[in-house]
Amino acid sequence: MTHLVHTPTELPPDRPMAPEDTGPAISPLRPGDDPGKIAVASQWTLIWRKFLSNRVAVFAGIVVLAFYLIAMLAEFLAPTSPSLARPQFTYAPPQSIGFFVPDPDGGRSWQPHVKGYTMSVDPASLRRTFTIDDTAIIPIGFFVEGPAYRMWGLLDANMRLMGPLDASQPMNLLGTDALGRDLLSRLIYGTRISMSIGLIGVLSSLVIGVVLGALSGYFGGWTDLVIQRIIEVISAMPTIPLWLGLAAAVPVAWSPVTVYFMVTLIVSLLAWTGLAREVRGRFLALRHEDFVTAAILDGSSRARVIFRHILPSLTSHILAVVTLAIPTMIVAETALSFLGVGLKAPVVSWGVLLQDAQNIRAVSTAPWLLIWPSGAVVLAVLAFNFLGDGMRDAADPYET
Amino acid sequence: MTQHTPPAAGQPVTTPILSVRDLSIDFHLRSHILHAVRDVSFDLHSGRTLCLVGESGSGKSVTARALLRLIDPQARVAGGTITLRDETGAELRLDGMAPNSREIRAVRGGRIGLIFQEPMSSLSPVRTIGTQIAEALLLHRRMTKPEAKAETVNLLRQVEIANPERMADRYTFEFSGGMRQRAMIAMALACDPDILIADEPTTALDVTTQAEIMDLIARLQRERGMAMLMITHDLGLVAEVADAVAVMRWGRIVEQGPVDQIFHAPHHPYTRRLLEATLKLDSSAKREAPRMDGTPLLSVRGLGKGFGAVNWRGRQTFAIKAVDQVNLDLWPGENLGIVGESGSGKTTLGRMLLRIIEPSTGSIRWQGDAAPAEVTIMNRPDLARYRSAVRLVFQDPYASLNPRMTVKQVIADPLVVAGGLKGAALDARIAELLELVGLDRSAMERYPHAFSGGQRQRIGIARALALNPRIIIADEATSALDVSIRAQVLDLLLDLQRRLDLSFIFIAHDISVVRYFCDRVAVMHRGRVVETGSADDICTRPREPYTQSLISAVPNPDPRNRRMLHRTRFRA
Repeated sequence: MTHLVHTPTELPPDRPMAPEDTGPAISPLRPGDDPGKIAVASQWTLIWRKFLSNRVAVFAGIVVLAFYLIAMLAEFLAPTSPSLARPQFTYAPPQSIGFFVPDPDGGRSWQPHVKGYTMSVDPASLRRTFTIDDTAIIPIGFFVEGPAYRMWGLLDANMRLMGPLDASQPMNLLGTDALGRDLLSRLIYGTRISMSIGLIGVLSSLVIGVVLGALSGYFGGWTDLVIQRIIEVISAMPTIPLWLGLAAAVPVAWSPVTVYFMVTLIVSLLAWTGLAREVRGRFLALRHEDFVTAAILDGSSRARVIFRHILPSLTSHILAVVTLAIPTMIVAETALSFLGVGLKAPVVSWGVLLQDAQNIRAVSTAPWLLIWPSGAVVLAVLAFNFLGDGMRDAADPYET
Repeated sequence: MTQHTPPAAGQPVTTPILSVRDLSIDFHLRSHILHAVRDVSFDLHSGRTLCLVGESGSGKSVTARALLRLIDPQARVAGGTITLRDETGAELRLDGMAPNSREIRAVRGGRIGLIFQEPMSSLSPVRTIGTQIAEALLLHRRMTKPEAKAETVNLLRQVEIANPERMADRYTFEFSGGMRQRAMIAMALACDPDILIADEPTTALDVTTQAEIMDLIARLQRERGMAMLMITHDLGLVAEVADAVAVMRWGRIVEQGPVDQIFHAPHHPYTRRLLEATLKLDSSAKREAPRMDGTPLLSVRGLGKGFGAVNWRGRQTFAIKAVDQVNLDLWPGENLGIVGESGSGKTTLGRMLLRIIEPSTGSIRWQGDAAPAEVTIMNRPDLARYRSAVRLVFQDPYASLNPRMTVKQVIADPLVVAGGLKGAALDARIAELLELVGLDRSAMERYPHAFSGGQRQRIGIARALALNPRIIIADEATSALDVSIRAQVLDLLLDLQRRLDLSFIFIAHDISVVRYFCDRVAVMHRGRVVETGSADDICTRPREPYTQSLISAVPNPDPRNRRMLHRTRFRA
């Protein structure tokens, strides 16, 4: 349909013109797709669409959600209580799940089960070792009765997602520790502490970081100077010795829960600086944008300009930064607990679990004590990082 | 089904050096395919200039870049041929070459030179101008380093850069905009190309600089016999330089032919509309000037702003005087234009009137209320009242609306802050304001990104009108808009003025817009007002040498009367 105009001599006056276009030519990739729909989409809709197109980030998001779901439903998901010690099964290896058992008449019948243990004692060192006994069948099932618990401290229950049909039989899918406690149950309970310490820690550093960053970036001058120097001093502190010092100052008589909050607070008091710098940078960039000038000319007060006009344009960026900050918190908690100055038993966290894997003998007899808790940390941190990267990319939906 | 243009009347019957036939380019976006260029055909001839004209989004830049296969990864050439011929008649097909192949790189810079719109971002800031030009020589002409150095100086001399030996060792940021564009041209010419593609080469420059650069390009083209493809949105510039014109709209060439035919016998309705909008802005709006014998609404006396450091004794030293001793008066119902090139201080002046930038010296007297008041010493509540009577419309319709707010929230903001209106009354007022600026009330729930530049500017105007202002300061309010939209927005402002009894301070670098819109014009140069007079006087009978050079550098949208060639030059 090319329309080329020729010289007037060639063009008879009644020659029909090409029909006039009414807009740019667009063909949808999928039938029924309307490019005009984007016109009424809010910023958040655009961000969400861009996020969904990043498969890795979506998958990481699902993993993170799964972790929090596990944390919420820890009591129900764990096969047994994390503090239930069975000294007769110390360092018992992981069992695997089987589904069919041989019948007496030579056939096979459906029966989910784990294999039992046989114990042998080394006559020289008197150390007990467990091996899987293929003949000992321990039938297991879903929604079985296990050790009693209070769900979220409210409801008395004893329903477990899965467990041995006979509660006195051992079922240790990930093995046991030095006191014969089930590692799977401890890992699930540890998820609750480790994942929530990230959230709570980030929330408190978020408040400090956003407020100080916003003040610093919007007002500039002396305010900026003072806040930036504070940030520099704090980021110059060597973190591990400082944590050690602060944690040592926590009174021994405090309950584990109080200690838990103190540790969170300590970690977050040092972690807000990055966020504050990020927010300050964005404020510096946005402070002289036309729409901010327009808001000032409209008569808005400073607080209104900051909170109504500038901060909403930052929320997606802040969310992304926060998501990237959570893994730092998780790693910090793990490191502190591993060093023995963070959380302490009977509280169960991934760091506390790793404490059991500190000596080489434990690792050589029971490698699962190292593999599973550190695997959980690595998976959670990676998932948060991919999620945060995806969110940061999606935060600016107008860029292609 | 396509018929190709035989050489039109007035064009020499030569083999074209470059032929484009039925070129189509698709952009594969996330949810749809945008046919950015559709069946475009044109020829370039040695020593002649073809102008590709169109408004934003018409596909003109993509077309030009496709010739060098410099297109975005999501763009694909869907069809068509691009044929390059040399003196012997040997043909080279560019459309089949891979985007980064050795063959196309030999063509880029070697046979086809390219000048971009923004010379600051197309030159590297971390290397000297000389090394960047020499690089092209080393790559394409296989010179030795001393030869390249000598040739660089020679090229810089050809593009009329003074002291070329010294300037070759300077960095981009030490050059002015015009000098950067000259350096860019020198680089494009380094390998003696047959074809020069200039993509909006002067859009970022002032009119006098634009005239100088166009002079330079025309001279170099004459000397070297290059073919030129110039991409522009400015019909005035087209009339000044083109031999042939192709008008693009929504990816198609709607009309092409010799420049005289396009300007004096256009066929396509779109070409006619485009010309009408351009010519309309070259006249005045024919409205009666208001009386200037009462009290002025706003009186500015001795206003100045200096930027600089505090010296060692703690005293302020003004190294740069952005605005210096400006006196202005604005009478009720008047449209006062402030014209100047970039750096003349016109934007600083506009912002000082609202105290977004605090003035260093002088006074601003506001006489719109019962008692006259001095703006420079107002306290916060008084200033807020003053700012609701004197409103600002911004240049950039994209940056001035908060992307996180709906149109309703944007327009309601001044009303909400002022208090008083709530719920249904607020909605009714916003609908009324939207109607006033020619938008449908259904726009309320949408976000700014859903609107075109012109519509966004209307939203900005509605926000300015929300508080029933007396004066609107429009800071380059139409310069980001396409020419047809520009005329519409100006007519809207004139209509609002009649209905709402407004006065305007209209800050612009575009003289035609000011001529159409304003009663009186103040011409600024280096922070001072050099001449004030009625718009017609300034545009037709300027007295000051600077004004004369400024007016004569404005392109005239009539190819039979090229103005730039015999313009007045100003040396200060």
